[in-house]
Amino acid sequence: MDVSRREMLAGAAKFLVLGFAAEAAADVPLAAPAQLPAYDPSQHWWGMTIDIDLCIGCGNCVRACSAENGVPDGYFRTWVERYHVKSGDQEHPKVESPDGAIKGFPPSTETNEKAFYVPKLCNHCETSPCVQVCPVGATFESPDGVVLVDTTYCLGCRYCIQACPYGCRYIHPERHTVDKCSLCYHRITQGLTTACCEACPTGARKLADLKNPKDPVHAFLRDNKVQVLKPHMATRSKTFYKDLDGSVR
Amino acid sequence: MHPGVEGFMYPNEVELQWSILIVLYPYITGLVAGAFILASLERVFKVAAVKPTYRLALLTALAFLLVAPLPLQLHLGHPERSFEMYLTPNRSSAMAMFGFVYLWYLMVVLLLEIWLDYRADIVRMSQTTRGPVRWIYKVLTLGSQDISPEARKIDDTVGWIVTIIGIPSAFLLHGYVGFIFGSVKANAWWSTPLMPVVFLFSAMVSGIAAVMLLYMVVSRFQKQVVDMRCLDTIAKYLFYVFLIDFSLEMLDLIHRIYEADESFRTLDFMVQTRLYMSQVVIQICIGTVVPLALLGWTQVRRLSDGVRRAMYATAGVLTLIGIFAMRWNVVIGGQLFSKSYLGYTTYKLEFATREGLLPAIVLMILPLAILWVLLKLLPLSEKEAA
Repeated sequence: MDVSRREMLAGAAKFLVLGFAAEAAADVPLAAPAQLPAYDPSQHWWGMTIDIDLCIGCGNCVRACSAENGVPDGYFRTWVERYHVKSGDQEHPKVESPDGAIKGFPPSTETNEKAFYVPKLCNHCETSPCVQVCPVGATFESPDGVVLVDTTYCLGCRYCIQACPYGCRYIHPERHTVDKCSLCYHRITQGLTTACCEACPTGARKLADLKNPKDPVHAFLRDNKVQVLKPHMATRSKTFYKDLDGSVR
Repeated sequence: MHPGVEGFMYPNEVELQWSILIVLYPYITGLVAGAFILASLERVFKVAAVKPTYRLALLTALAFLLVAPLPLQLHLGHPERSFEMYLTPNRSSAMAMFGFVYLWYLMVVLLLEIWLDYRADIVRMSQTTRGPVRWIYKVLTLGSQDISPEARKIDDTVGWIVTIIGIPSAFLLHGYVGFIFGSVKANAWWSTPLMPVVFLFSAMVSGIAAVMLLYMVVSRFQKQVVDMRCLDTIAKYLFYVFLIDFSLEMLDLIHRIYEADESFRTLDFMVQTRLYMSQVVIQICIGTVVPLALLGWTQVRRLSDGVRRAMYATAGVLTLIGIFAMRWNVVIGGQLFSKSYLGYTTYKLEFATREGLLPAIVLMILPLAILWVLLKLLPLSEKEAA
């Protein structure tokens, strides 16, 4: 058998690597992987903080949410709006959100105008109009403060969509039940953050646990001027915006 | 930019959620409530002049009430789950509670009142008719064959009590439909405490107009002379209730204009553009001012029977068109503008789709077909039944 020196050395290297790997694997105990402490909903109260000044409108959050949650094309669990406000004309901002900003925004052509980005998602309100109106309780608030939808129960009557002041809900075109941001409940109950927060390159969006005294949300709420969307709706929104402009709807 | 969108809509708002079927639903329940209230005029308030329409009004109410849930069922994403509203209702939901109001009205009020009123006729017909129809009457007697004067007196007393309960129930039925819209605080076009009251009065207007027209049509089919005293009385009631309804709607309008809150500019623009034809032209001008003028004219001028009949018929048809436009403007209009108040979308009415124009037309013809069957089974005059 003709074996070149190069092939022999490569074969020897593979043998050594695989041999060590096999030995290392043999050292791993055959017990179950380390368990996270069981999730206790009564110990959490979830919300989100958004720093308007940090949002650069890249759309990473929209793409991450779409990929994580299988959001159908043309519908949005989260989206980003770009505001242009002429000096002294708070009442008539120019707002755009092309495809929910899933591909970010084209360069702005407006100059000499106040401009900023506003990420939007379900506000996970404490007194949610959507929860109030659902005829069968398919939309409900979890014990840890997340507004969720039981898709096996939803009638698809769309009353909740009418009742949401923020435009956060839609009918899933294939399931024919309502769909919305779940605050990545499947992730946050495993000790992870939401897909949108994880993908945000500037840390503009942060998951907040209002029941955890060590959560940075408390410093955020204490040290900043904070506002919620449409406060006159009195929904007790848990999505808190830092430096939210008065023109934002 | 989506076609049909002007300005900025939240991305999930572009698509309208409630279609023409949800326009039909308050329209149909309105006809039910209005027809019943007209029937109760004779029964409770002893307005003898409208007696010829008593049974017709009750059967009209029943025919439309049987169809009322169908547009809702057709609209639901999962109609097979709709019964959950009765099994596990969310008590804070206006829509869930409406299911019980509907059942109460259908089972306790309307069916009971019709059965009590027709009981003697049904028993008689179960003995005189032949063939399969006899069995229908036998079933409808519910096993009670007693039509002695004493039993009839009990029927009459119970019927009177049912009607007494029925009037607030009819008010509740349609006031509640108004509340389903009026309590949505997120929607400035809907959110007003006047909504249940406006819905109620417009329901009475449409129901009275419908029974007035049906009375003329049925009389023609049955080759009977129209009782002009009855028609004049109905038209008079229609005129006064319509005046109250129109005043309430104008009150709402004036209030909005004077207050001019954050939604006003958006809603004003919508009424002057996308809703101009359906609201200003069809609802207010053709569907309200013209019929009010026609009905008003008959109140102050002496006119021949033929002219009055023609005017009543025209006013009735225009009224029904106007009230339909009102429902359209509430339901569709409330979804044409963005909750950001920065943009507008368009409603594209399709034809032969699940929520298109074709099923809507079928659903409007269906109660008339049911009424035709009911009229065959349950004759309007006791003489005919005998």
